[in-house]
This record gives sequence, structure tokens and C-alpha cells, in this order.
Amino acid sequence: MEHSPPPFFKTGPTPLARLLIFSALSLVLLVADARFRYLTVLREAASVVVYPLQRIASAPASIARRAGEFFVTHSALREQNARLTQDHVAKAAALQQLQALQAENAHLRGLLGTRERVNAKSTLAEVLYAARDPFTRKIVIDQGLQHGVKAGQPVIDSIGVVGQITQTYPWLSEVTLITDKGQLVPVLNVRNGLRAVLAGTGNDGMLELKFIPLNADFQNGDRLVTSGIDGVYPPGLPVAEVSNVERNAAYLFARIECKPLAGVNSNTQVLIVDAERQLPDRPAIADKPAPSRKLRKGM
Amino acid sequence: MHARVMAPQEILLPVKPAFIVVTLLGALFLNLLPWSGAWLWLRPDFVALVVLYWCVEQPRRIGFTAAWLLGLLMDIADGSLFGQHALAYAVLAYAGIVLHRRVQRFSIAPQVLHVIPLLLLNDVIVLVIRTVAGSDFPGYQYFIGSFIGGALWPPLSFLLKLPQRPAPDPDHV
Repeated sequence: MEHSPPPFFKTGPTPLARLLIFSALSLVLLVADARFRYLTVLREAASVVVYPLQRIASAPASIARRAGEFFVTHSALREQNARLTQDHVAKAAALQQLQALQAENAHLRGLLGTRERVNAKSTLAEVLYAARDPFTRKIVIDQGLQHGVKAGQPVIDSIGVVGQITQTYPWLSEVTLITDKGQLVPVLNVRNGLRAVLAGTGNDGMLELKFIPLNADFQNGDRLVTSGIDGVYPPGLPVAEVSNVERNAAYLFARIECKPLAGVNSNTQVLIVDAERQLPDRPAIADKPAPSRKLRKGM
Repeated sequence: MHARVMAPQEILLPVKPAFIVVTLLGALFLNLLPWSGAWLWLRPDFVALVVLYWCVEQPRRIGFTAAWLLGLLMDIADGSLFGQHALAYAVLAYAGIVLHRRVQRFSIAPQVLHVIPLLLLNDVIVLVIRTVAGSDFPGYQYFIGSFIGGALWPPLSFLLKLPQRPAPDPDHV
């Protein structure tokens, strides 16, 4: 007869075995997430568990902010009111012209037979917190799938582009800021119409223009707006200003540093732009001819 | 000398499982507070600290599953790679469980000297995962949080032991 150990000694697998099991599980998740992006659905489901805690944890800060807003002085309010009225009058003139220009533009575009620019709708969202991951530049906002937010939508503030929605949850979404390393925005130099790709560097307040030839005409103070050729960002949104141009003949490309225009790190409210544009289908990629040995020999 | 290094022997009441759950949720809450700017660098990883504490004190009550699941929740809340905190916390739980007899024998100051390297190991695992995934090194201030976590160990272990201390006996001479 076989003797099984008394229950007191039954402790399951050894710690090392458990460590290996859980490490393997984590590695599977990491690879699935980093390489294949399989886990969006799983993330969405699990986020429901964290959501109440996230809301509760961000409550003290937002209450403090609202309390701070309540105790503004009379003079500060009057000052702000005067400034806003002035602003409003100054912009009203431009706005009246804009309507005429829009009509004219539509007419001209009609004549040219080009597609109309879409008037983007936008939704206001409140920034809940900046993600605490020191490796990325992300913020979390209080609009999610339930409010019709989709991954890929651009996010702006009153001045310019802030970032892009990269992950949606039922009631929240994550915005990757344009300063995040590897976040790309296709831009246009307002002064001369040169197109370029603007990349985040991972540093706050620093962006870089990629792959610009040494002789390209970029100067300090040039304003960059979205070009819209990617189909993600609507064209014409201000993004950044060139702050430093370094042309070193030792390198293939010029090093052009830019400063973001929008308050990328300082906003409490942002706008999500819903700019679905009917782009023409991409041309079909022609089937590659099978490489044949004879052909290569002939060449 | 000997008395200062070794922990004073005291008899504690058994810990309530609900208390463990509440402290872990509290740590998660502290991690989720909207830390920003310099505070973000000073912030210790409270979840790592509390998971380590319970793995050292109650290795039979809490272990890998809880640590791993908390890691997944942290990954979602932080928007980081899915599984990076989970892996780091699993290794931390392993270290806590393997070292628990040793750490428990020491008094509080030498315990801190055990805790800081373990928290640093936690940071290094996350750092390695992110570097492999293509991120840049965020700077040496990244490690400050672990030292602050070590400094918080004595007050934390005092607070978490409070419910286990028996009420003072009035008949005691």
C-alpha cells in the first residue's frame, strides 16, 4: 500500500517551479503584446476591474482642482473675461472671412474635381492622469469605447496636436503623446510647403524631423502643420515649431529639433477629433513575378 | 549587538485574509494616484512593497497568483507592456518566499538592507523588458523610488503588524 504524505506537507509545486510557470506565462503575454498585439480584447476586459480604482484614485486631484477653480479672485475673473472678449472680437473678423473662404474653397475644389476636406467633429475629454510608466509618454482620458472613441483618432488642444489614441477601454482611452519615442506625425512646413515626418524623441518638449537632406530649407521658427497625407490627422493642425537646425556634413541628414506647440504635458482637457475621411482605395499591389533562375542568369 | 540585529520575539495573532486583500488594494490605489513630474520619480512601487511584505510575513497565505494578477492590473493601469509588472512581481514573490525565514529573523534595519536590493531587482527586470522592447534608458532617477520604498519598509511593517498585535493584558505584571 502506498503512503501519501499527510496534508500538512502538501504544499504544491516548489517555489522555483511556480516561478518558472509564472515567468513563462508573463513572457508569453509580453511577446504576444509587444510583437503581435493580440491582447487588445484581453486588455479591454481586464481594464473593467481596474476602472473603479482608477476613477477613485484620480478623484482627489480633480476635486482639488475644482476647489481651486472655485476660489478664484474677482479680479482674476474680470481680467480673464476682458481678455476673452478681446480674443473673441479679434477672431470674429477672421471667422467671418473664413466662412466666405470656405465657400470659395468648396467652389474651387468643385471646379477642380478634388475631394472635399472633411469638417472634423470633436469631442471634449478630460485628462485623468499621465501614465506612470517612465518609459513612455502617455495620458489617460475619460472617454472610451462607450463614447464612440476609436483607436487611431488624433487628439488636439486649443493650440495644436497633442497625440493620438492608441488604446481604447470601455470608459477610458490612452493617448500616446507626440513626444513619445517613435510616435510619428506627417507634417508640412507652412513657409514653403516642404513635407516631412516629425518623430517624438521620448524627451518632453523635444521633437525631431526625420530624414531631411542637409540642403533642405528648414529654418528656426518655421511652423509645422499636419499634412494630412497619412489619412489619420486632418490637414492643417499646428504641431510644432523648428527650434534648432544643425547641418553637419559628416551625417547624411540634417538634425532638426522642434518644440511642440500644444501644451502636450500641461493640459487638463483635450479634444478628440473624429475625422474619418473617405480616402480612395490604395492601388492594388501587383503580384511579384516569381524570381526565376534563368532571368537572373540572363541579366 | 546581537540583540539589535535579531528580531525581538513576539507572539502575534493570526492575520485575517480580508486584511491582506485590503492592504493590497490600498497599495494599488496609492500606485494609481495621479503622480506626475518629480513625484513620479520619487514614488516607490507600493504594490511591489506590500506584495514583498506579505510574501515575507505570510508566505502560505499569499504567493505567486496574487502577485502576478496584481502585476497584470498595474500593466493595464499604466498602459505598459502586458506582463512586464507581472513578471517582475512574480520574481519578487519568489525572492520573498525563498528568503522569508532569513528576513523574518532580522530586526527592522537589516530587513531594509534586504528589501532595497529586491526592489532594485524589480526595477531592473522592468528596465530589461523595456530595453528589449525598444525603449531608451529613462535615467538614473528611475531607481530612486526603490530606495524610498526601502525607507518606507519600517513604517509599513509597523502599520501592517498593528492588527496582529494582541491587546495589552491588564493582568500582566
